[in-house]
Amino acid sequence: MKIIRRAYLALFALYLIGPIVIIIAVSFNSKRFLAFPPRGFSFRWYAEIFVANDWFSSLMNSLFIAFASATLAVLIATPIAYCAWRFGLRYAKALFALGIAPFILPPVILALAFLLFFSSVGMHGWMLNVIIGHAIFLLALPLVTISLGLESVDRSLIEASQSMGADNATVFRTVILPIAAPFAFAGFAFCFVLSLNEYIIALMTVGFTVETLPIKIFNALRYGYTPVIASIAVLFLLINIAVFSLIAKFSNLSRILGAMD
Amino acid sequence: MQTAPLSRYLSLVPSSVMVGVFFAIPFVMILLTSVSTPAEDVDYRYAFDLQHFERFLTWFYIERALFSAGLCALIALISLLIAFPFTYLLTTFGPRTQTSWLIYILAQLSLSEVLIAFSWQILLSRTSGIGNIIAWIGITEKSFSMSPSAGAVVAALVYLAVPFSVLLLFPALSRLDKSLLEASRTLGASPLRTFFTVVIPVTRPAIISSGVTVFVLTLGAIIVPQVLGRPEHWTLSVLITDQAIFNFNMPFASALAVVLLVLSASVIVLVTRYAGGAKS
Repeated sequence: MKIIRRAYLALFALYLIGPIVIIIAVSFNSKRFLAFPPRGFSFRWYAEIFVANDWFSSLMNSLFIAFASATLAVLIATPIAYCAWRFGLRYAKALFALGIAPFILPPVILALAFLLFFSSVGMHGWMLNVIIGHAIFLLALPLVTISLGLESVDRSLIEASQSMGADNATVFRTVILPIAAPFAFAGFAFCFVLSLNEYIIALMTVGFTVETLPIKIFNALRYGYTPVIASIAVLFLLINIAVFSLIAKFSNLSRILGAMD
Repeated sequence: MQTAPLSRYLSLVPSSVMVGVFFAIPFVMILLTSVSTPAEDVDYRYAFDLQHFERFLTWFYIERALFSAGLCALIALISLLIAFPFTYLLTTFGPRTQTSWLIYILAQLSLSEVLIAFSWQILLSRTSGIGNIIAWIGITEKSFSMSPSAGAVVAALVYLAVPFSVLLLFPALSRLDKSLLEASRTLGASPLRTFFTVVIPVTRPAIISSGVTVFVLTLGAIIVPQVLGRPEHWTLSVLITDQAIFNFNMPFASALAVVLLVLSASVIVLVTRYAGGAKS
């Protein structure tokens, strides 16, 4: 039994990590193509991200869009989650359900909807389009994490502070915010990472005007192979790992993922 | 019941405007565009014209829809088979190991489909991939390329789907009442027998809902079929992108999007109804 278990775990890990290992090998290889056993070691494909102007500006575009859309998503989600939890407003609950929907749909449907909408109101290829698009697409994440955070607030704490004369704003600032903030941060971080990696909505909203990194990579793939893509893949994986480690450190990861604590 | 003060509703105005204007309206526009009619002066005019759906009802597109559904069902099945035992073992690990695994799985899950497609392209390539390793070991004389092919598409799509399957199964498996397992073991069942007669039946609703979610998610894959497959491996999502971006045919793209929507929705409804019936 133990052997089967070990073998299965090893195979699973190999399948998950194998492609990543090859990518890491390619990214540090000094030649354009990797040979086995690898020959030469260099950082030149990493340097290229920051030296080659077009790669660097795509990276900056992607980081800016991810930051802005994650902020926007949290701003939209907070009042909805708060009113649904605090006052049990039926309207807020309906809005909550509507806000979850974009994340469940196949993204290409949403991307096409944005393309139709933005071109019909004359907003052709504005960077704002992809910021709004990602915020709507990823709205479900802060909605869910913020409500999880709010549910962990003990309601007797609120009653206690109210009986001592605190108004709604004070209760929010001194009782609710400190408990719910790490969960709002988790929602922000999830949005940030997924926006950074998102392709189809970015393509259909700003594909011809603003080059995000996933769009640039796809275009580069069609015209041939460059090891810079491998170094970007490694960079992105590291960013993802860093962000999720932060979430795990400052808020409760297994709880957010639905496990009991 | 007391009536809510107006201020509570006022605080919801900005969010309502954002969701309404940027989700509800664009979504309705897809439905309207899918039944629009060609016009002289503009690209198309809103009407109730079913010609784009008639175009879908040709064997070429029906075959694409069936292929997409079949492919995604296969991916959902394979990824559940791979992910279920792992997730089960994951819940028995210590909290530190568990968190590290979860962080890695989340990081891989978030990795752009573009980058995953690229990784598999490299992995299956003649110059830098598995073929290269096999030739180096000496099994074959020369390195060879394994993509584009149906196998490459399946392998990469399963790779995309496995992290999702793990995270979708994780809640149910980590809430699994461990005393059930102990009871089964004390009554003399082997670990394998416990797994098949206790763990799987108890978590069946979660298995079914994860399967459906992975199915819908895989329907949305766009880059893997293009990069690792031949045109005969293209799915509905790829065709929608192709019509919208390269043929500028918004009405037909919208009609295909409606088909994709109906396909995902009907699978969700059918499977949950079947699962609900099986539970009682």
